[in-house]
Amino acid sequence: MKLVTAVIKPHKWEDVREALETFGVTGMTVSEVSGYGRQKGHTEVYRGAEYDIALVPKIRIEIVVDDEDAEDVVGIVVKTAQTGRIGDGKVWVSPVDTVVRVRTGDRDSAAI
Amino acid sequence: MDGYYAFMLVATALVLMMTVPALALFYGGMTRSKSVLNMMMMSYAAFAVAAIVFVLWGWSMGWGGDGAGNGNGKLIANPFDMFGLDGVSHINYIYVVFQLTFAAITVALISGAIADRVKLVSWIVFVPVWLTACYFPIAHNVWGGGWLAGQLAKGSTFAQDYAGGTVVHINAGVAGLVLALVIGKRVGFMKEPMKPHNLTLTMIGAGLLWFGWYGFNVGSIVFTPDSLADPAAFSEQFQGETGVTFLNTTIATCAAMLAWLIIERILHGKATSLGAASGIVAGLVAITPACGAVSLVGAIVVGAVAGGACAAAVGLKFKVGMDDSLDVVGVHLVGGLVGTLLIGLVSTSSAPGGIDGLFYGGGFSSLGDQALAALFTIVWTGVLTTVIAFAIKYTIGWRVSAEAEVEGIDSDQHGESAYDLHSGLGGGSSSPSSVLAKSTVTEGANA
Repeated sequence: MKLVTAVIKPHKWEDVREALETFGVTGMTVSEVSGYGRQKGHTEVYRGAEYDIALVPKIRIEIVVDDEDAEDVVGIVVKTAQTGRIGDGKVWVSPVDTVVRVRTGDRDSAAI
Repeated sequence: MDGYYAFMLVATALVLMMTVPALALFYGGMTRSKSVLNMMMMSYAAFAVAAIVFVLWGWSMGWGGDGAGNGNGKLIANPFDMFGLDGVSHINYIYVVFQLTFAAITVALISGAIADRVKLVSWIVFVPVWLTACYFPIAHNVWGGGWLAGQLAKGSTFAQDYAGGTVVHINAGVAGLVLALVIGKRVGFMKEPMKPHNLTLTMIGAGLLWFGWYGFNVGSIVFTPDSLADPAAFSEQFQGETGVTFLNTTIATCAAMLAWLIIERILHGKATSLGAASGIVAGLVAITPACGAVSLVGAIVVGAVAGGACAAAVGLKFKVGMDDSLDVVGVHLVGGLVGTLLIGLVSTSSAPGGIDGLFYGGGFSSLGDQALAALFTIVWTGVLTTVIAFAIKYTIGWRVSAEAEVEGIDSDQHGESAYDLHSGLGGGSSSPSSVLAKSTVTEGANA
């Protein structure tokens, strides 16, 4: 199994969720996060005082999938979340040893 | 007369609203989320203290003198002549309360210069001392028949201050300047972001200030002896003059808001909501002394110059490293000076004030009188506020501890936090300031 983690622009979150649901992803963990990449935040001006706002709001999606689905899920996220402008985010895949469904005790693929 | 009396009841309530809650909202939104309650409390507490002091000896010091409220031509009046409104007739009480609300907002305005870092007890000690040493004497000299009014009246013209350019705004601005310098910077000033935490509060506050300002300016009408003697003349002055002051107040404010937004757009690329709120207040400040002295064109000039000048002035504190936190100097001192001095240029005899400024063929006499009144206020309040500020600094002290300031003055001084950000998930935004706010709330809850 793989853990697919995607950090995307907040306004793309609904599109990504719909696309993943259509593909057959049944669950995910989503959080509001902040961070920065190459774009290094933005500037706000209050009464002439400039503030560098280093952290930009993002949505982080975490999905555990079977090995063979990982590439497809990554592809869907990249295709849906892409605007072509700086700050679109990142997607990465990491290995997962074990998954247990708390309600039933089902393990691994049965628990996804 | 009955109509005028009813109007004064409304005008007085409107000016009360300017401090509680309008100024508290305007300032509160501009502070960080960990100090908004303290900021608002400075206005609320100032009002309560000012009101008590005003009826005990403020009215006597401002409008007393010979015991009948006719002025005495001296620098100060006896606080005990009419102590506790002794000898003041009940039908004059509304004028006392009207002036009371002016004293309260003036001292409350100062709090913006020292946001986030002053002990409540020190503020509550400062308020009555400053009112007694600075506000009541300046009001006495400008409005209450004191020495300055006597000096200026000797010339062909006299200084015009319809509703408080000197008494309220230059006065508060100078005091704010002195306190910001004596009390010093907030921890992290110019190193950490200290951006406004809730500009919707500030926008509401600015709007309510604008609304209340009609009581402030229009309610400041003073009737001529002729009007008081003749009901028809009274009615004519009342209706004619209030229309002018109401309209001038409106038009100058609009001009100032637009001027501020244009300057901002040119200097920084965007027109901001804080710029609009600030422009509104800058325009209202500048038209305060001038609303009865200028024509419609004059009001546009006063507003536009004030909006532009204040928008440029608020950035200066960073150049000199002075933490006038919410720009009391940049808005009230600069705006008050703009309004007070522009009267010398653009006042017209066609306005209720009846004096021509330089541009209307009146020569330099009006400008000289205006400058003298402004200078008198700056020197008097500058000197005495410095004395008071150091006296408090070396006795009870001004500041909360650096640790309390960083954790949040709301928690330290009041044991409260403004926003409960732990009720449920998903409600918080992800901006850095709200992350800081969350940690403040955590500490507040554990304290």
